[in-house]
Amino acid sequence: MVNIPWTARLALRALKVNKMRSALTMLGIIIGVSAVIAMLAVGSGATRRITEQISSMGSNLLIILPGSTTSGGLRMGAGTQPTLTSGDARAIADEAPAVDAVAPVLSGAAQVVNGRQNWSTVVTGTTPAMLYVRGWTLSGGRPFTGADVKNATKVCLLGQTVVDNLFGDEDPVGKIVKIKNLPFTVIGVLGVKGQSVMGQDQDDTIYIPLTTAQRKLFGTAFPGMVRIIMVKGKSTGQLDEAQTQITDILRQRHHIGPRQDDDFTVRNLTQLMQTAEQSTRIMTLLLGAIASVSLLVGGIGIMNIMLVSITERTREIGIRMAIGAKTWDIRVQFLMEAFIMSLIGGGAGIALGIGGSVVLSKIAGWPTSVSSFSILLASCFSGAVGIFFGFYPAYKASLLNPIDALRYE
Amino acid sequence: MAFIEARDISKTYSLGDVEVSALMDVSLTIEKGEFVSIMGPSGSGKSTFMNILGCLDKPTGGKYLLDGTDVSGMDRDRLAEIRNRKIGFVFQGFNLLPRTSALENVELPMFYKGVAANERKERALKALEMVGLAGRQSHFPNQLSGGQQQRVAIARALVNDAPIILADEPTGNLDTRTSQEIMGLFVRLNADSAITIILVTHEPDIAAFSRRWVRFMDGRIIKDEEAAQRHG
Ligand SMILES: Nc1ncnc2c1ncn2[C@@H]1O[C@H](COP(=O)(O)OP(=O)(O)OP(=O)(O)O)[C@@H](O)[C@H]1O
Ligand SMILES: [Mg+2]
Repeated sequence: MVNIPWTARLALRALKVNKMRSALTMLGIIIGVSAVIAMLAVGSGATRRITEQISSMGSNLLIILPGSTTSGGLRMGAGTQPTLTSGDARAIADEAPAVDAVAPVLSGAAQVVNGRQNWSTVVTGTTPAMLYVRGWTLSGGRPFTGADVKNATKVCLLGQTVVDNLFGDEDPVGKIVKIKNLPFTVIGVLGVKGQSVMGQDQDDTIYIPLTTAQRKLFGTAFPGMVRIIMVKGKSTGQLDEAQTQITDILRQRHHIGPRQDDDFTVRNLTQLMQTAEQSTRIMTLLLGAIASVSLLVGGIGIMNIMLVSITERTREIGIRMAIGAKTWDIRVQFLMEAFIMSLIGGGAGIALGIGGSVVLSKIAGWPTSVSSFSILLASCFSGAVGIFFGFYPAYKASLLNPIDALRYE
Repeated sequence: MAFIEARDISKTYSLGDVEVSALMDVSLTIEKGEFVSIMGPSGSGKSTFMNILGCLDKPTGGKYLLDGTDVSGMDRDRLAEIRNRKIGFVFQGFNLLPRTSALENVELPMFYKGVAANERKERALKALEMVGLAGRQSHFPNQLSGGQQQRVAIARALVNDAPIILADEPTGNLDTRTSQEIMGLFVRLNADSAITIILVTHEPDIAAFSRRWVRFMDGRIIKDEEAAQRHG
């Protein structure tokens, strides 16, 4: 039977009487809520970027690198010993049932020239399966074929960054570029991929047939050598299986005895993703802790001010009681003040948090995303804090003896 | 059955080891429509008695029947309801809510009664008119004279149609002329609306407006006399 809209108006008026004090009291909630909103925005923005980058590498991807891994998981000189060959790649493709596709890679830096424009980039020798393994499509032209690899033809696919630097707006398909002074025909352009997890520009690359790279561009220590092998598993669930099969095949092919360490390393990119997810979860927990502490401090601030305000307004409470205010009339009146304070604080905190995350993404370049869930969570929590910490002062006020309250000086 | 019936009311305050008896076995009955002055020296227990009559305080002994119901055993919310509906208070210090307009001060008892908004305003304006404050409804207490503030308090006491007005030294802070005006208002309310008025005063010429005089001394009633047809 308590008149809620009237009580709300009453509360707002009471808060206006002490504007500065109310604002300072709200500050705790404002800071807490805005920090939570901004940090959640940064956190989920980071997660989203990592997820996008990892999936841009290709799904269900395993990468085989030369060199061993110690038991501690540290890779010792991986990629330094030339232990992988095209034969290894073929064997994995043929013999490992959990493997969908295999793409061996031999890459190196090279100077690329188109007329007077030149550009230094990574030239990647690989097989046609590469585009499938990495889930990469062409934005123009055609991919190279098995025949191109077999005949070591001088054709190439250009990444968008290379096109931009060598051709500008011109269509490069059908044109000739010189890689290490050898003429290559551009047959296609790779679609845009963006940055990798490590922050590299994935579009700054040129794809050529593997054999061309091995025989004509990068003189290798022994024939058929590749730098890494990329493997696409049949499914996410079969990745562990694929890893075991690959390990068995390579140990056998490399004649590694039972007590010897592998001379290669199989990396699972899904694991990388899981690690990223885990660190996000820890971050979220940490944010939760920060949020709880700041809301707790804000709540105690509200409780403190409400207790002061009730002492100051003892006479008012006495007048109201004499005139007919019941226990809950008084309680709701003061609960409403605490609730409105925390709600306004929460609202201001949300606004400030959104503004802050926009500024962060503009200035620091961090990707942020403010979810409606975090806004809902923040509003609920700040409201709950107000009611929780407002209750004791309101309860105390409602228990005042009317005659003592009226006489209070 | 009497309208207001106090039977052997006593009130004892204990201050640590010392017990102060503010009231000792006070019995008094007041009928509907009476206009009673309570007089007596300072500290004789007048205010203590008024607070008990007003259900603001509970006696430590005795029985208080208001309109036939025993109020002694009621909980605070029932007492609040009785105060809201049956009793209008007028205090020496006015006790208006600060920073609250005259209109809203008068509306206050109706909020706690649950009266609808438009009726609330209408009745509050009528009550203000009745006490001679028409047109002052949006003034704040600090923009009104003492006499005007007391009129607002009287309007607030009237607005729920309470049958009783309890006034503890209502003219204590007012000059003689204003006091006379306020008393005239009480007389009119008593005569026109048959509102029972009980007022505490030290001044004989204020008490002269009433028709019954009760004198307190050291927590007891020592004298209770009625006017014999004084005002006709
Ligand atoms: N809350 C209290 N605690 C202790 N003693 C009290 C309390 N209230 C009143 N008394 C005592 O009770 C006695 C009566 O007080 P009361 O206020 O009723 O006097 P009064 O007749 O109204 O006096 P005055 O004319 O000065 O207003 C006094 O002795 C006072 O000291
Ligand atoms: Mg007194």
